[in-house]
Amino acid sequence: MFQYRSEQMKALFRQWQLQSMVIPGIIWMVIFCYLPMFWLIIAFMDFSIAKPMLESPFVGLKHFEDFVTDDRFWRSIRNTLGMSTLKLVLGFPIPIVFALLLNEIRSLRFKRTVQTISYLPHFIAWTIFGGIALNWLGEGGVINQLMMALGLQEREILFNSDPKYFWWITFFTDTLKETGWSAIIYIAAIAGIDPGLYEAAELDGANRRQRMWHITVQSIRPTIAILFILAVSGILGSNFEQIFMLKNNMNMKMAESLDLYIYNMGLVSGRHSFSTAVLFARSIVALALLFLANHTSKKLTGDSIF
Amino acid sequence: MDRRRRFRRIGGFEICNTLLMLAVCFLTLYPMWFVLINSLNAPQQASLGTINWFPAELSLASYSVVFNDKTMMNGFYITTLRTVIGTAVHVLFTAIVAYGMSKSNLIGRKLYLKIALITMLFSGGLIPSFILMTKLGLYDNFWVFIIPSMYTFFNMVIFMSFFRTIPDSLEESAKVDGASDYGVLFRIVLPNSMAVIATISLFSAVYHWNDYYQGVIYIRSQDILPLQTLLYKIIAENSMSFMQQQAMAQFGARLPGNSIKFASMMVATLPILVFYPFIQRFLVKGVMIGAIKG
Repeated sequence: MFQYRSEQMKALFRQWQLQSMVIPGIIWMVIFCYLPMFWLIIAFMDFSIAKPMLESPFVGLKHFEDFVTDDRFWRSIRNTLGMSTLKLVLGFPIPIVFALLLNEIRSLRFKRTVQTISYLPHFIAWTIFGGIALNWLGEGGVINQLMMALGLQEREILFNSDPKYFWWITFFTDTLKETGWSAIIYIAAIAGIDPGLYEAAELDGANRRQRMWHITVQSIRPTIAILFILAVSGILGSNFEQIFMLKNNMNMKMAESLDLYIYNMGLVSGRHSFSTAVLFARSIVALALLFLANHTSKKLTGDSIF
Repeated sequence: MDRRRRFRRIGGFEICNTLLMLAVCFLTLYPMWFVLINSLNAPQQASLGTINWFPAELSLASYSVVFNDKTMMNGFYITTLRTVIGTAVHVLFTAIVAYGMSKSNLIGRKLYLKIALITMLFSGGLIPSFILMTKLGLYDNFWVFIIPSMYTFFNMVIFMSFFRTIPDSLEESAKVDGASDYGVLFRIVLPNSMAVIATISLFSAVYHWNDYYQGVIYIRSQDILPLQTLLYKIIAENSMSFMQQQAMAQFGARLPGNSIKFASMMVATLPILVFYPFIQRFLVKGVMIGAIKG
């Protein structure tokens, strides 16, 4: 009944079961990944959700010009870079140090217990974790009591209402929540190091610090490089769930990250095209950052993602 | 390990390190303990985040308010439904696609991989996705929790690399016995992939259980609001008027807001705390599976 045009068609028909497994995945991707990319075109239009897309007028780079002259946009860039820099400079080494120190614990049972406990906050929702933070940082909260008991401050401070603390709050809550989890990958990398290397170093008279530095750290360097590339390329992103939970009207000046700006402009104020223009520009810069970070890492350390 | 031990003696470093690790454990566990004791405090104690170790006056009153709150219980139901359906659909769909993709003789495999890889680098982002969901009729619809998250390329790659480690001879013998590709997948491959299924189910379930952001963006109707979205509204937006009114009627004029917040937080976390000891042994293995090819 069918006239096969080629051997390929026959082969394709023979594996129709396999194809029927894969094609739905491709269709899903076309709908949920490619169609949104196609909708990015509204960045160049005056789009209104009530009308079909093609009836919206093209306005060229108007929205791009609008956002680069918007102070709030630059403020959100500053906030995003500020929070990301804190996470990158101070936060990035913390899981590595934690993994290294945990590795030095001798008792296997204690080591496992600490590790298991340290993951736990990763599995707690930001609503809960942020809720605890909000309670602790508020009036009569744990932080205020602790600071006053230690004599570090005289009277209560509403930490979350004062914009100047916001970046630090995001940094500390993120560190507390994710350190154990981020360390897993390093712990796994450390576990894969050949024990013979340590034995050889010991015979050569290397002390603990030297072994840690010359063997452990050097062995996990590729892992560190890859995670660093990813962290750098993600510098324009922010943890939306975290910031959305902790932000309020009072700290918005320092809390509005690029993500939140896109959300506020697009979904709260209904400026879809404007927001999409910001999004579009950000994606391009983020992509450029990924390639740049990868290239730099390849040059400096020889390790890269691609 | 044992060999290294011989060279070591207990020194200052050991002690400091152990203390540091204990401090990490304390910092990690105390916040959860804090929520627990304050949820168990009598609402009249209305603790304002005081540092304490045990409830001043043990009481389940806050829990009774939460469990009697229709909105909260509906949120609990929606979240449970979403977690169960979302995880099942995600794992099944992703595994089926991955099985097809794991066959190197699949025609068009390279093209499919290219199509998928591009999505790793480019994406539409919030606003285009929002418009798409609206156009697809998923806005304010329960299925917005399930369909857009039924597949991720990353998890597909994890499944795929795992399937490739299963010996071909196993599959071939089933083929000789006349099994179809679907038969091989469901009878041979999946039963031998429990480790990876457990891992991906775990991550998917945690995502579905903890997510509040989808609910904030896509859901308007009270009756399909997930628990975490409700909790977000209660904690961050301070909108607990209904529960507060109810509690005020029950406990007099003083607002027992905090202990009810803590009880709600506890209810929303309990499933994770209950399952955590059972799932944590999969974690390291799971992350390793993800890290190898990811």
